[in-house]
Amino acid sequence: MLSRTAENLYWIARYMERAETTARFLEVGGRIALLPSAGGAGNMSEWNSLLRASGTEAGFAHKYGDPVQRNVESYFFFDRDNPSSVASCITAARENARIVRTALTTQMWDALNTAFHELRDWDRMERSELDMAQLTDWTLRHTAMLRGAIEATHLRNDGYDFLNLGYFLERADSTARLLDVKYYVLLPQIDYVGSGLDNYQWSTLLRALSAHRAFHWAYGGDVTAAKIAHFLILNQQCPRSLLTSVTAATTHLERLARGYGASGKAQARVRALLGELAELSVEDVFDEGLHEFLTRFIRDVAAVGAEVQGTYLIGDMR
Amino acid sequence: MILTVNHVSRYRYDLPVRSVVQSHRLTPSRHEGQRSLDWQVRVSDGLSGGAYRDGAGDWVQAYSVPGPVSEISVEVVGRVEVTDMSGVLRGHRETIAPEAYLRATNATRADVALADLAASAGQGTDPLNRAHSLSAAVADAIAYRPGATHAHTTAAEALELGEGVCQDHAHALIAVARVAGMAARYVSGYLFSDAAGDPHEAAHAWAEVYVTGLGWVGFDPANRCCPDDRYIRLGSGFDARDAAPIRGIARGAGNESLDVTVAIGAAQQ
Amino acid sequence: MTDAFFNEMFQSGRVRPPYAQLEGWTERMPASLRSLKQAEAEALFRRIGITFAVYGEGGDPDRLIPFDMFPRVFAHDEWRKLERGIKQRARALNAFLVDVYGRGEIVRAGRIPSRLVYLNEAYEKAAAGFVPPRGVYSHVVGIDLVRTGPDEFFVLEDNCRTPSGVSYMLENREIMMRMFPDLFRGNRIEPVDRYPQALRRTLASVAPQKCDRDPTIVILTPGHFNSAYYEHSFLADLMGVELVEGQDLFVEGEFVWMRTTRGPKRVDVIYRRLDDAFIDPLCFRPDSLLGVPGLMDVYRSGGVSIASAPGAGVADDKAIYCYVPEMIRFYLGEEPILKNVPTWQCANPDDLGHVLDNIADLVVKEVHGSGGYGMLVGPKSTKAQIAAFADKLRANPGNYIAQPTLALSTCPSFVDEGIAPRHVDLRPYCLVGERVELVPGGLTRVALTEGSLVVNSSQGGGVKDTWVLAE
Repeated sequence: MLSRTAENLYWIARYMERAETTARFLEVGGRIALLPSAGGAGNMSEWNSLLRASGTEAGFAHKYGDPVQRNVESYFFFDRDNPSSVASCITAARENARIVRTALTTQMWDALNTAFHELRDWDRMERSELDMAQLTDWTLRHTAMLRGAIEATHLRNDGYDFLNLGYFLERADSTARLLDVKYYVLLPQIDYVGSGLDNYQWSTLLRALSAHRAFHWAYGGDVTAAKIAHFLILNQQCPRSLLTSVTAATTHLERLARGYGASGKAQARVRALLGELAELSVEDVFDEGLHEFLTRFIRDVAAVGAEVQGTYLIGDMR
Repeated sequence: MILTVNHVSRYRYDLPVRSVVQSHRLTPSRHEGQRSLDWQVRVSDGLSGGAYRDGAGDWVQAYSVPGPVSEISVEVVGRVEVTDMSGVLRGHRETIAPEAYLRATNATRADVALADLAASAGQGTDPLNRAHSLSAAVADAIAYRPGATHAHTTAAEALELGEGVCQDHAHALIAVARVAGMAARYVSGYLFSDAAGDPHEAAHAWAEVYVTGLGWVGFDPANRCCPDDRYIRLGSGFDARDAAPIRGIARGAGNESLDVTVAIGAAQQ
Repeated sequence: MTDAFFNEMFQSGRVRPPYAQLEGWTERMPASLRSLKQAEAEALFRRIGITFAVYGEGGDPDRLIPFDMFPRVFAHDEWRKLERGIKQRARALNAFLVDVYGRGEIVRAGRIPSRLVYLNEAYEKAAAGFVPPRGVYSHVVGIDLVRTGPDEFFVLEDNCRTPSGVSYMLENREIMMRMFPDLFRGNRIEPVDRYPQALRRTLASVAPQKCDRDPTIVILTPGHFNSAYYEHSFLADLMGVELVEGQDLFVEGEFVWMRTTRGPKRVDVIYRRLDDAFIDPLCFRPDSLLGVPGLMDVYRSGGVSIASAPGAGVADDKAIYCYVPEMIRFYLGEEPILKNVPTWQCANPDDLGHVLDNIADLVVKEVHGSGGYGMLVGPKSTKAQIAAFADKLRANPGNYIAQPTLALSTCPSFVDEGIAPRHVDLRPYCLVGERVELVPGGLTRVALTEGSLVVNSSQGGGVKDTWVLAE
């Protein structure tokens, strides 16, 4: 496969995963704004921490100043100046798809192209007529449709592996970043296990990962730092945990190595990362320091990404 | 006369580049005035690419250097037996019609001053004399002064400046010849200067003008003569860029610096 | 006005035989169904992704070229004659190219002025002295034809570089077959869908000298911002070859390679869809980022084939056009089957005088223009427009040619009020390799504006499916 084609496929997946993450932020922010704040005056606002989590705080502040809900929604969904906005991501994914149109199945192209054209319809509507819940539902539906189209129709060839590498490396990164934003809430509390972290911020986080209910089914009882860290870092059942994401990335890199008859630095890196995660306990994570651990993890995932880029997507490999 | 050539070009990149591709016109032309006795081009770490004789009769040899690489040297060593043909290019096989050289490039486009210069020289004489007059007029109008011009100076700019080097002389002669309705082209090569001569510009350039009945005839306004047995002809083109003995492109972010040494000597017969 | 033009379907109130099956077709179609079908066609085009961005105009890159559902039909015999004429022309154009990059016999013989060839902007010195595999420079020759009567066809221009639009020929057919299967059951219509494989075969047949295996073919595109990008990717897919950009290729040693996820893969034939000036910054424009440095040296030394070959443009220049009948006589020893439109060369003072005197009745075009830009259609222009154009013409006569305004034939087309005649032209795509081949069909362009004679898609033209009836 042409290196540039692999690169386009990889980025289609990364952008769609990113669009989904952004939509989840929006959903959560909107929900929290409906709850009364603890202080008594008005309702709560989680917009600031969401902007921070998505890494768009500076860009937003520069353009709008204070995080007013309407502006944040607009910034998260429509704003082309925000490279992580749903509109930017879907547009970029569709442009990547247009370039490699013929490497996609009709169903995949349809899913992306339809999303793109509907997005243009949204764009033409009055903002005041738009319902945020509708927009986030719409986004999740379309990202799921592409995911479904890939699973149902794409040949299990190297292109499939590059798509999945995009998905899982992006997902590993976004889960780690989300968790990192909240690390200060978890940090001191490892000592008083049992007191419970009845903290809305954790519900926020879990909701953002569509894992709210799954968490309660899996662990029951109070929300504790150890449970949350375990769930999001080490639980193999959680579809967005770091371990799940890295396992999947490893699987696809191994498939590439087998298919091409050559294993390289990308495989070595991801295997090392997976090996480390598999051996890890929650205690180890807290011993190291959650923030330190996540920082290192994000760097390691980026390093895997760089090796994928260098080995397959640039095409200088011999 | 037998001339010896030792020509080394060293390209250095401040950051290693991913690869380099070069196209060489570094082999002496085949014509009655010169004959290679031995000739070698070496490119450090270079893979030799395709080679062919082009429509102008020049031998082109491609090279590529896979990266990462931070230094490349191109070394030319050889001996050529040269005969004085009074500038006439005889026995040189080429396919391109002389008319094709009537087109202007940026470097050789004639402005009003060049047109005036053309009109002032040798009007009404036969083509060969006209060409001699034009060459002399260019030599008078542009004084030899290294450093006054640069690689991208055009004929018009050099004339306005009144100073330049062999490249500028050749460009100006091409421009005025074309105004006079004569096809002309740029030639790159080497020049041997003995002790009495001026040792400048061993890597040299001049022009050829197409004279009906005689064919291509070389003129070197910089030295006010026609190429003789001190000249080795490598290749031709519309202008300096087109006739460059080495063209190359590096892929990568590194900045290139070039260091060239040329030594032309006379060997014992 | 209708009577002044040849209507391809109706003649003296009768339906011409090739259109017999279409008589009553539209009447049987209720207006509601028609708009439904039109919407369906548009949705299909959009879904497939066929959109067209007008070069240099900006605007919506996802704009659709209007598709007119009313097909344009040729009888078998009409087509056979056209086919012979088109192939003849394609052969002569290639013979001309081999000649002018070689000894230039036609110039030496005084049949074409030397300056028109050697001082032509499209003449590439770097191509001289080389005969490409099988002596083919232009592997896809697009010949633009117009019709003015039952038996009268004129060649408007030749396209020897990289004529575009063939994807519309293929897609228009796909969509028509999908929407109106009955029409195809009721008519015996020659298929066009073998074009991609024929093109692939053509390209494989011109593999370079150094290629000793099944050649690897690629299509080289300027990139996804190019207005014809859709066509490039569509053709690559149907041919089963990679679509590459310059950055995907590199020269190493004696060959060109493409970057793949498995490492470098050698490329043997490049069907390039970008201009000569951009294909190799080492040889042509040094600022081009779209090309492949060193490509020309590999090409000249037999390591790769390029289609169309660099330099092919010198044959399709509008000034050279006048001499194509002469080429046919000179190289093939035949009389031209297809006529040229009478053309005045404004570079010639007598012609210029004639053109200026009659400018209101003429079409004046730039020698190097394309896409309907930079031209004047005298009868359709205001006095002020004509005066302004005449000034440009006087300032640089060599840049223009002029032709009479042709009475382009019309074909019934769907318009808001129902069905009405609209002017059409035709671009068939002739393949030249080991064999000279022509798929029975082409791209019919239609000027959808009433009375308009400009069919260019960049000027609001649309497209139609083109049928050739089987014997």
